[in-house]
Amino acid sequence: MEQSKIIGHFGPYGGRFVPEALIAALEELEAAHVAASIDPDFQTELSNLHKTYTGRPSIITEAKRFAAHAGNARILLKREDLNHTGSHKINNVLGQALLTKRMGKKRIIAETGAGQHGVASATAAALLGLECVVYMGEEDTKRQSLNVARMKLLGATVVPVTTGSKTLKDAINEAMRDWVTNVETTHYLLGTVAGPHPFPTIVRDFHRIIGVEAREQVLQLTGRLPDAVLACVGGGSNAIGIFHPFIDDKDVRLIGLEAGGSGVETGKHAATIVGGTPGVLHGTRTYVLQDENGQTVESHSISAGLDYPGVGPEHAFLHDIGRAEYRAITDDQAMHAFALLSKTEGIIPAIETAHALAGALQIGNELGEGAIILINLSGRGDKDVQTAANYFGIPL
Amino acid sequence: MNSKLQEVFTKAKSENRAALIGYMPAGFPTLERSKKIIAAMISGGVDIVEVGFPYSDPVMDGPIIQQAAEVALRNQTSAADVLDVVSNTSVPALVMSYWNPLERAGVSDFAKGLAQAGGVGVITPDLTIEESSEWFTATDENQVGRVYVVAPSTSDERLKRVSQACSGFVYAASLMGVTGARTTVSDAAENLVHRVRKVTDLPVAVGLGVSTREQAKQVASYADGVIVGSAFIKLILDSANEKDGLEAVKVLASELAKGVRGA
Repeated sequence: MEQSKIIGHFGPYGGRFVPEALIAALEELEAAHVAASIDPDFQTELSNLHKTYTGRPSIITEAKRFAAHAGNARILLKREDLNHTGSHKINNVLGQALLTKRMGKKRIIAETGAGQHGVASATAAALLGLECVVYMGEEDTKRQSLNVARMKLLGATVVPVTTGSKTLKDAINEAMRDWVTNVETTHYLLGTVAGPHPFPTIVRDFHRIIGVEAREQVLQLTGRLPDAVLACVGGGSNAIGIFHPFIDDKDVRLIGLEAGGSGVETGKHAATIVGGTPGVLHGTRTYVLQDENGQTVESHSISAGLDYPGVGPEHAFLHDIGRAEYRAITDDQAMHAFALLSKTEGIIPAIETAHALAGALQIGNELGEGAIILINLSGRGDKDVQTAANYFGIPL
Repeated sequence: MNSKLQEVFTKAKSENRAALIGYMPAGFPTLERSKKIIAAMISGGVDIVEVGFPYSDPVMDGPIIQQAAEVALRNQTSAADVLDVVSNTSVPALVMSYWNPLERAGVSDFAKGLAQAGGVGVITPDLTIEESSEWFTATDENQVGRVYVVAPSTSDERLKRVSQACSGFVYAASLMGVTGARTTVSDAAENLVHRVRKVTDLPVAVGLGVSTREQAKQVASYADGVIVGSAFIKLILDSANEKDGLEAVKVLASELAKGVRGA
């Protein structure tokens, strides 16, 4: 039995673990992506959309008052929160929506946890005239009812998922079932660097712009490369976007901050690399939170966007080869950093992003004065006001 | 091919009929009751049994099998339980498993354990041939059959490669979609079976959406095997008590057995 060519792998991770019914669509998508990536017309169209719609390039803000709590290291924030729809998610969504049109498909489906990717998908669908169906765990539709309303206002259909744990992982299962059924007319607009090949590569390529811009901006501002680049990691899309252009800069530490929930030692967390084991989930080999029978374990985090029991396969690889480091940040540590950035800089971050900020407080104190730390400020916190108010006991 | 599996298909062919293949997850609704349900399926006329290894994220399955898997997982069903059910089955038994629980059990250990339990093969709905090298070795060493699922969207070129990787039979998904009863079996199934026959001499069994005697008869007119799963599970979910459920399963199996004989 001859082994076919190995595609879409990051060391032992990645690959394709999907029903055969989806292979044709994955191959079509891969071909479309490869062709688009060298097609100047496609690149111009995407780049124009970023300039005139997303609001790129996003700026860098130096957080001087916050830095006083981070060992007086220089803290530079890459402001993806200022993008249209409020997070980095729009970068990937616009790219994939253009690919959808290129493939002649008229319908997109998407999964969403906190609702940010769902909102971004619904936005791109409205802009480009595509039908949009968003799968969202029933629990999440309750936690994030405002985002459900936003998606509906944008013309999308939101389907609450009532199976399994009724959260993001089950929304992905349901989206995959839809895709298996409607693959001829439908593109699955996956929102993170997970899933079967070519998704981890495609989503990374559309988010690389974050790191490409930031690397240049930091050089201009400081005259040198940063000592460390930090980002929160759920599936890992914003992190890989900012990490990737720095991978060959061996002196730049790449540090991913995972959701430690109540603490990795309690078992109630979403820190997949720190607290998980290699396995297969949602079509890719990567680190997974699983039990001894190979069943996926429910993840826990105050941040719905990081509440996922898997992680992108490229992160698994970067971890194993030692090129990137991963740490867990607890709910309480994240909420402390959330409040601190709000009060010292006048920027309310997404709770997801607050995990990276909590990491900056640790790393800044470890590296001390003069160190330069670049943080991907991946999203804004408007969507999290209710959660934060509940956490801090602010009456609504 | 595993000789016990081959015998069933050869015998069915000599009787000018298709083999009837019944699916039931181990541990649903309990470990012991899943064995009894399988026994009822066999007494009604099922030729081959597919024992499901329940999984937390079954993306190829519709709501009925998902529900059964959730029950089986609440019962902490493990690889050892799945093999226990296989060893208690009186006709050739395959396991149907998503890849992660199987890999977690140990690819080589699982193949070895299955062979020791008398199992004849494994259906792997989310394992692609590109990711199968360890599986090829483990199954070859233990004479365990490999069954991959092909779909109407599978290209001819790929159909050939996937069929070559199969060593039990080829599982043809009747339609683009997930498991579960449908009112009609799509025309895509017959077309797919003909395409598979052009690239392999292995038997071809059709699954997804088959639930009635009439549908079984229709599929049996062009396929070597007819696979039924959700319809059996639904009878158990809907039955008032254990006895009624077992009786209903036996009745459906005997109806389907008539169907695969063209009656």
